[in-house]
Amino acid sequence: MRISAMFERLRGEGRPALIAYITAGDPSPERTPALAAALERGGVDLVELGVPFSDPIADGPVIQSASERALSAGTTLQIVLEVAEQIRRHSDIPLLLFSYLNPVLRYGVEALAHDAVKAGVDGVLLTDLTVEEAGHTVPVLRNAGLDTIFLASPTSTPRRLELVARHSSGFVYLVSRTGVTGERESLSGSLEALVSNMRKATSLPLAAGFGISTPGQAAQVGRMADGVVVGSAFVRIIEQNLTGAGMEAKIESFARGLSTALKGVNV
Amino acid sequence: MSTTIGGSQALSQQPDAGGHFGEFGGRYVPETLMAPLEELEAAYRAARQDPAFQAELDDLLANYAGRPTPLYHARRLGETLGGANIYLKREDLLHTGAHKINNCLGQALLARRMGKRRIIAETGAGQHGVATATVCALFGMECVVYMGEEDMRRQRLNVFRMRLLGARVAGVAAGSRTLKDAISEAMRDWVTNVSTTHYLLGSALGAHPYPMMVRDFHRVIGEEARRQILDSEQRLPHAIFACVGGGSNAIGVFHAFLADSGVELIGVEAGGRGQTLGEHAARFSGGLPGVLHGCFSFVLQNEDGQISPTHSVSAGLDYAMVGPEHAWLQQKGRAHYTSATDDEALEAARLLARTEGIIPALESAHAVAAAVRRAPKAKGEIHLINLSGRGDKDIDIYRDNFVELDAQGSDYAH
Repeated sequence: MRISAMFERLRGEGRPALIAYITAGDPSPERTPALAAALERGGVDLVELGVPFSDPIADGPVIQSASERALSAGTTLQIVLEVAEQIRRHSDIPLLLFSYLNPVLRYGVEALAHDAVKAGVDGVLLTDLTVEEAGHTVPVLRNAGLDTIFLASPTSTPRRLELVARHSSGFVYLVSRTGVTGERESLSGSLEALVSNMRKATSLPLAAGFGISTPGQAAQVGRMADGVVVGSAFVRIIEQNLTGAGMEAKIESFARGLSTALKGVNV
Repeated sequence: MSTTIGGSQALSQQPDAGGHFGEFGGRYVPETLMAPLEELEAAYRAARQDPAFQAELDDLLANYAGRPTPLYHARRLGETLGGANIYLKREDLLHTGAHKINNCLGQALLARRMGKRRIIAETGAGQHGVATATVCALFGMECVVYMGEEDMRRQRLNVFRMRLLGARVAGVAAGSRTLKDAISEAMRDWVTNVSTTHYLLGSALGAHPYPMMVRDFHRVIGEEARRQILDSEQRLPHAIFACVGGGSNAIGVFHAFLADSGVELIGVEAGGRGQTLGEHAARFSGGLPGVLHGCFSFVLQNEDGQISPTHSVSAGLDYAMVGPEHAWLQQKGRAHYTSATDDEALEAARLLARTEGIIPALESAHAVAAAVRRAPKAKGEIHLINLSGRGDKDIDIYRDNFVELDAQGSDYAH
């Protein structure tokens, strides 16, 4: 229950959570624990570990390239779980597995539920698992003690928001705009309505992502949502520092900029 | 209507309300696409009930596309192969050169009805891209076709045809640069521009309602063929052969015969150049159930659930997943799936060209190849091959593979 406890604690502190996505295994499985530690030092409250997939239909070019690098480095779901276990040895930060469904189906949902809990993972988000098809998966993950996080989108109807709320635990992930993952110059206007509609359907914390990449944007979203997800901007830093030292330091420094911006937000 | 006629009746009533064919099919997409898929399904169901929609589609199919297509008795081919009565369903004679136009006309009418003025599509061999570009020109719609760069290279003629028709061809450099990557990119476009854009998916694949809708728009193939063979032979065929990439032409010709348990339905996948993963696109022999591009079906993948690269000489069959209704028909034992190698398909194409004067598309040549293989055991049987497309687009590949024909110089001494 690290995820709920984290949101509860931050509510007390009066600030939104900073959630960071990185693709596990990018640039190599050995580097990921150090990158997670850098994120935590920079003030990140929850780390999403992306499981690389060969055909990431919801991702823009930055995370597509990260998936390719991670797969080239031999990353599998099993290795991602080993990475999570290493992170957990040194940290209590909430960890969320962020995956497409097919690698999970191949691994086996029951096996994943068991092994993820053992590795210290706290929740699972499956990008292309719709609530309609989740009837088997959700109970298996929940019974093992994992949170199940689903996406809500600006296109979701009120009926769908209800379904998403009912299948989610820990928090609900709001897609701030239609489209794939990736940095954008400006924020979409559709988030405010989505937050307000989702609040009607659930009392769970709401975290918003997709297209948020600067401290200013993070602060703006943090005034509406309980958590702010930044992904591609971190992954781009990894991409730009593949050779030479300093990747972790740059990740930490960028995270600090975001977390500092969020500390100024009172929720 | 009676629902107790038996298993075949139930077979033709798939999918269920969630788009499932047994355990296959369904909807596995990012949440952003769910409401648009629901909207598309509702619009499609309403259109299907609307006599004006059907009348306009029927008119276009007859007077623009050229339906009904002939069912041609290929006597020389049958005699050469030792005595099967082989009939060819001539989808290759349709406008744009393949069956793909049936579905494109239907979906374009639907998009217009939904007020969507921008159309996107994926294409492998380019036949679906050409058919989409064609209907967009016809209806005055903006058209973007995603195509893997490898496919653009091997299907240059169709790239140019699309551009001539006013479409933009967007090359995809990701992954294997083939159909799989083109579909991924089309889905990314759709998820971004969903309010203005209709995704005109070209095979019986993807999330519900696509497999059902694409099948329905191609059912006319089997309905015509069934009438035609009864007219010619006063009986149904022993076997029907159709190539299966995603499987739209196959499901279109199979569907009218599902309840006819005496008719063997044979889908032919791409056997490529070997049985190793990555060297073929034979999903039933080399794949496992999994999720790709919105649905659950047999898909070529490695032990970690990463989608495998595929190979086929035919770009239209070079795809890792088979349509979910085929997975269901295979599981139920109603249809059987085999494969033909690159070489078998090439030889079958040459045989058809020389015995009947018909150059088939490389995709369709796989169906011909399976019939050729069966022929020695089939004396007196009636076989129906769905000749889904014509071979003009493949001339460069035929030239590369039959180099001796190019090297002949003048065939006659002067």
